[in-house]
Amino acid sequence: MIVIAVLVAVSATLVWRRDGIDGVLEILTHDLALFGGILPRVLAGCLLGAFIAEILPHEKVSRSLGPNSGLKGLLIGTAFGAILPGGPFTAYPVASALLTVGADFGATIAMVVSWTLIGYGRAVAWELPIMGTDFTLWRIVISLPLPVLAGALGRFVYVRMYPQAAP
Amino acid sequence: MSALIIDTILWASVAALGFIAWQRGRLILTTAVREGSMDFINIVPRIALGVIGSGYIAAVIPQEVITGWLGPNSGWLGVLTAVIAGAATPGGPVVGFSLGAVALKAGGGSPQVIAYVVAWALFAFQRLLLWEIPFMPARFVWFRAAVSLPFPFVAAAIAMAVGKP
Repeated sequence: MIVIAVLVAVSATLVWRRDGIDGVLEILTHDLALFGGILPRVLAGCLLGAFIAEILPHEKVSRSLGPNSGLKGLLIGTAFGAILPGGPFTAYPVASALLTVGADFGATIAMVVSWTLIGYGRAVAWELPIMGTDFTLWRIVISLPLPVLAGALGRFVYVRMYPQAAP
Repeated sequence: MSALIIDTILWASVAALGFIAWQRGRLILTTAVREGSMDFINIVPRIALGVIGSGYIAAVIPQEVITGWLGPNSGWLGVLTAVIAGAATPGGPVVGFSLGAVALKAGGGSPQVIAYVVAWALFAFQRLLLWEIPFMPARFVWFRAAVSLPFPFVAAAIAMAVGKP
């Protein structure tokens, strides 16, 4: 938090020295509007995470997404990340909730990487219009195997880094 | 328009899960709502700093520098610089994808631009610091980023192998 605050303060000072107070205020109003638009979604994301943490039975989650869930757990994590609606304000609270209720690092990595690489939200809203259909579709096809690979690598490394945490 | 669709899906999911929680019992619903609201209250100041501050960070880093790195026919060195550029790109999806589009139009190679977009998606430093770390255990975030390191290169290799897009 302190690092970010310092980074923001330094950047704002640089903008002020370059563009004067008008430049600073222009960015501030733009970002304030963005912040106002995002707030309700952040609330939705937090509620989604809390509901998932309360509803999902812990034993079931740790069986299907835990350290011993194998390839199936990684595939479930990938599928879950791909269909999850919303932006970072939903993906990270939900991923955090999964960790709490018994998913291991591997399956959660698969979920986060899948959300970021093949989640439809960002692709439809931003990538398609800006990058074009051809690029976007190929980029997604190429990315398809990556979440499972990342999750498998994560699980492989995790067990060796923290052997005592392994069941 | 697409923002409206995404919002609808998002709140419909919240409502559906809320309904399931309510069926399990009122207590479960109220506990979940209270915990979700507490998370929200805790997270808002961090998000405020991030979102309101990100414009300044984006304004300071010159965009020409990033697109300049994605030279045409630059091979694996180009992929490596693309990965670094993707991680260093500030701002939201508009900035990331716009720079990718500029690089494509300026004659950047497809594998390099793929590596750029994938690296940006996996570890744009600003999203990591402003979104992922506030919501997730820091240990998980660093672990996830470290494990993801090879994958922009894997994506570039696949793009080179299939010769698309």
